[in-house]
Amino acid sequence: MHILAFLIRRAIQAVIVMFVISLIGFSIQGNLGDPLRELVGQSVSEAERQLLRDELGLNDPFFAQYARFMGNALQGDLGTSYFFKRPALDVILGKFPATFELVLGATVIFLAVSIPAGIYCAINRTSWFARIIMTGSIVGISVPVFLTAIFLQWIFAVELGWLPSSGRGDTITLPWGWDTGLLTIDGLAHLILPSIALSSIMLPLFIRLIRAEMMETMGTDYVRFARAKGLSTRRVRYVHAFRNTLLPVVTVGGLMIGTLIAYTILTETVFQWPGMGFMFLEAINRVDTPLIIAYIIMVGLIFVVVNTVVDFVYTLINPMVKLPGAKS
Amino acid sequence: MKTIRTLATATAMALALATTAPAQTLTFAYDADPVSLDPHEQLSGGTLQLSHMIFDPLVRWNSELGFDPRLAESWERVDDTTVRFKIREGVKFHSGNDMTAEDVVYTIDRMKESPDFKGIFAAWETATAVDDYTVEVKTAGPNPLVLHTATYVFPMDKKFYEGQDEIVKHGDSFASSNVSGTGPFTITEREQGVKVVFERNPNYWDTDSPGNVQTAILTPIKEAPTRVAALLSGDVDFIAPVPPTDLERIDADENSKLVTMSGTRIITLQLNQNRNEALANPKVREAIVYAINNEGIVKKIMKGFGTAAAQQSPEGYLGYNADLAPRYDLEKAQALMAEAGYADGFNATMMCPNNRYVNDFKICEASAAMLAKIGINIDLTTMPKAQYWPKFDERAADIMMIGWHSDTEDSANFNEFLTMTPDEETGRGQYNSGNYSNAKVDELTLASLTETDEAKRAEMLQEVEKILYDEAAYVPLHWQDLAWAAGSNVEIEPVLNVMNFPYLGDLVVNE
Repeated sequence: MHILAFLIRRAIQAVIVMFVISLIGFSIQGNLGDPLRELVGQSVSEAERQLLRDELGLNDPFFAQYARFMGNALQGDLGTSYFFKRPALDVILGKFPATFELVLGATVIFLAVSIPAGIYCAINRTSWFARIIMTGSIVGISVPVFLTAIFLQWIFAVELGWLPSSGRGDTITLPWGWDTGLLTIDGLAHLILPSIALSSIMLPLFIRLIRAEMMETMGTDYVRFARAKGLSTRRVRYVHAFRNTLLPVVTVGGLMIGTLIAYTILTETVFQWPGMGFMFLEAINRVDTPLIIAYIIMVGLIFVVVNTVVDFVYTLINPMVKLPGAKS
Repeated sequence: MKTIRTLATATAMALALATTAPAQTLTFAYDADPVSLDPHEQLSGGTLQLSHMIFDPLVRWNSELGFDPRLAESWERVDDTTVRFKIREGVKFHSGNDMTAEDVVYTIDRMKESPDFKGIFAAWETATAVDDYTVEVKTAGPNPLVLHTATYVFPMDKKFYEGQDEIVKHGDSFASSNVSGTGPFTITEREQGVKVVFERNPNYWDTDSPGNVQTAILTPIKEAPTRVAALLSGDVDFIAPVPPTDLERIDADENSKLVTMSGTRIITLQLNQNRNEALANPKVREAIVYAINNEGIVKKIMKGFGTAAAQQSPEGYLGYNADLAPRYDLEKAQALMAEAGYADGFNATMMCPNNRYVNDFKICEASAAMLAKIGINIDLTTMPKAQYWPKFDERAADIMMIGWHSDTEDSANFNEFLTMTPDEETGRGQYNSGNYSNAKVDELTLASLTETDEAKRAEMLQEVEKILYDEAAYVPLHWQDLAWAAGSNVEIEPVLNVMNFPYLGDLVVNE
């Protein structure tokens, strides 16, 4: 029962977040520039542009425009993209699979690398290999992601010619309209470099986090007790200690989703990955305001959803944690 | 014996195939893909590049800035205000409909309704079909630019579009996603912003075209370094534009080749005489022109990827005045400042875009530093183009940057928009943020628009350039160069031109 209450509370929160974001987005759109300039050629007269502005309703007072926008938004219409000439929501949903698969690829890579590396560094603190990993992670954390991306592209696509330089490759459309690149060899080949580039921002952070947490739990009473009880080192490390290491990792991981979304903008731009991030940057360049606002509202929604999922996962890993606001 | 004969036949066939160049696939990357399939929705380089693939113009520019007949087989000037076009017979649209004079007239009428194109066609009063294959164009007064304008007429399939041919600038329309032209390619697949797939038109009328590209795939790659990486890694066969920073690298790559051409887009700084009293003084303006070393800018900032200018018209245009040379002389500039009574200099504001022209903001920074040497303290603001244009319309700074490419490839167009006296009624001087005004310039430009004698026009337009030069109406910087790059098996040189409309229908790709 309290799960339902929790979900309802979260849904209300999501609506409020999206409303506030839309208001902020709407009030800054005037500073993004003039969309008309992107819609017409250079020699079109100012009078002609004014006519088009009237047609688009851009000359109406702010609140009239916002009321119209909200009215449509309540019916699920977030406006029509100037560039794509399709509903902004459709455009974003069409781009979502590409971004999702990129984030998925990056997540798989950084989990597969950071968990073993973090545990190794915690257990073999003084080994030379652990030192190399720790030093490398400092370097990794200070290199901007677009530099990593360009570097990878240059080495593996241009110089060595092993992997494609940009784009998403062949995709297959699944029955529910989701374009996936995960089912073709070409699609997977295209996914490798962008995923590595995107994971490179999370990797050093997670190695350090897992190492620190693991070292801390290894020193706690219950781990010492487990050893004293005569449990195998293996079981103590990988079941008892590691499970408790995961808790803060999930929290930070959830918070980092936002960072990951922000960095997809850079990664997608360098690799011309046809996802939401690349689309957003282009929309800013073209002053495609309906698309910009729809994007930030959608990202707001993603944040709320991810936070909710993180809270759930929490209770699964550690039964001592209760859903926020739920009464026992 | 029989085997030998079979072998011989096979060899002969192989040879025959080799000479007709087998069909090839071309993958190419531009910095953007066309906004719409409607050729009349937006007047931009992208739209015109697309038009040359799925449509054909009546006439098209050749590399000598002359006109080649395409869907117009020939033309004749009947009198001062009338030109007759003979339309090619036997041409079919992609839909299978025959192309006739009706379609040409329909297209011209549609362009006169398009907000973007109506300006170019303002002088064409009527277009009528005299018979099935003759179109007569009547202009308001004598008009020297009928053929220039005809390069914009890409006949559309009247039967295909009629009744659902509304031009919509925002939102979807039939014409923005459906197309029937006569061109060398049809579109088989299009995902906006991701790729466009072109397939060769099997019934293309121009059987003399050497082109052998069967399938062409356009991938827009916005980021210049990624575009270059895609070429060097062999993912694409042809890219444009090439950023100046990568010219050497591509030139050095043995699997790629680079083609550059002096362009026709002039980059200038305008000096606002209404906002800043000092700039109303011709001596001060002259001092500014003398102080800015535009040859140095081309060499250092543009890395040679441009041609220093002293006027608007590039070489090859009627108005190009060979007597005018770039000026740079710091001492003379200082002397002129003193003469004008500004020996101590003055303050001025300056605004420039930072993502519109090649190296735009770097050029402005350099110019500001050069002006500091003659005592002019520049307060420089740079911003993305989306924010810059509203500022430009407001005339928000004393010195503003503007680049211009003449839509008609004719000198008068520069004056009409950049240097004629601003007039809201007629739209002249719409981009003259300097508020420069000279009755003689206005008069000569207008006269050149109704003068059909080429020699006389050249004289008028060159005189205008001389006046602007003498009065230092604005600061000419340079014409931006154009650059394309391709794999070494792609014969791009013959299909490139200074308008930057690669005629991909005629492109030959070797094995």
